[in-house]
Amino acid sequence: MKNGPSAAAVLAGGIGLAIYGIVSTLAEAIAAFSKALTWSKPVGALSGKTIIGVLAWLVAWLILGLVWKDREVNYRPVIVLAVILLAVGLLTTFPPFFDLFAAD
Amino acid sequence: MAFSLREYWTAIHGMALGFGFILFFTASLALLLTLQPGFLTPKGIRTNVILLKISGLVTAILSWLAVIAGTWIVYPWYRATPPSGTTDLSGFPRAHLLATPPVSGWHSFGMEWKEHLGWVAPILVTVAAYLIFRYSEKLVEERKIVWTVFVILCIAFVASGIVGVLGAIITKEAPVI
Repeated sequence: MKNGPSAAAVLAGGIGLAIYGIVSTLAEAIAAFSKALTWSKPVGALSGKTIIGVLAWLVAWLILGLVWKDREVNYRPVIVLAVILLAVGLLTTFPPFFDLFAAD
Repeated sequence: MAFSLREYWTAIHGMALGFGFILFFTASLALLLTLQPGFLTPKGIRTNVILLKISGLVTAILSWLAVIAGTWIVYPWYRATPPSGTTDLSGFPRAHLLATPPVSGWHSFGMEWKEHLGWVAPILVTVAAYLIFRYSEKLVEERKIVWTVFVILCIAFVASGIVGVLGAIITKEAPVI
């Protein structure tokens, strides 16, 4: 069994979470961006952040899944990259970090 | 003692879905770690994998339901803005926390972290469930994949645990009523 589809799933998870985190930090830094992410008034900017994060994850999974469909990929670098992206996602959704960029 | 609609939804979000997630996560982890050729007969492996698929899928479904209910149903009640001149902020948890300096950090740090971190778990658990379904009984031979699933589930569990504890503390300080 080729490991490409599995590697695609793991890496896509990291990509989705990193994009979600970066969007969250940008929303803190740029008030207009935060307002633009308010796709649901009761939920606020979290509505746009989460939908973008989930869409980024699914699109990344679809693209990587197609590219690596029948391929055997070097698993270790993929895992390392996924862990780095996950760390980016966790850091950029941590309030003491994104508050550093908060717009006044 | 009667619960309000908001309290029911808060309980569904945190207790039914949240604790359900923890229960099925634990089952998934136990089934995953016992999935070794030396531990189980071929029939035992087949049974283990079926149960692992069920628990992995249920864990993923519960985590999605928990964050969707939390974000789209409970959170709007939490962050509702009180009409100007409102002095009783008991129905407006966010405003209540922010207006009370000793506990305002439970919003600015606690809730801010919880609302973001919560979405990490469903994505990770879905990836783990996919790997479980893709490899099925071949997981026995694929130790790298087993450890990948194990680590992904553990990260998701730690994230959910933090979210759950923050939710419990915030609800104690400023319940959604």
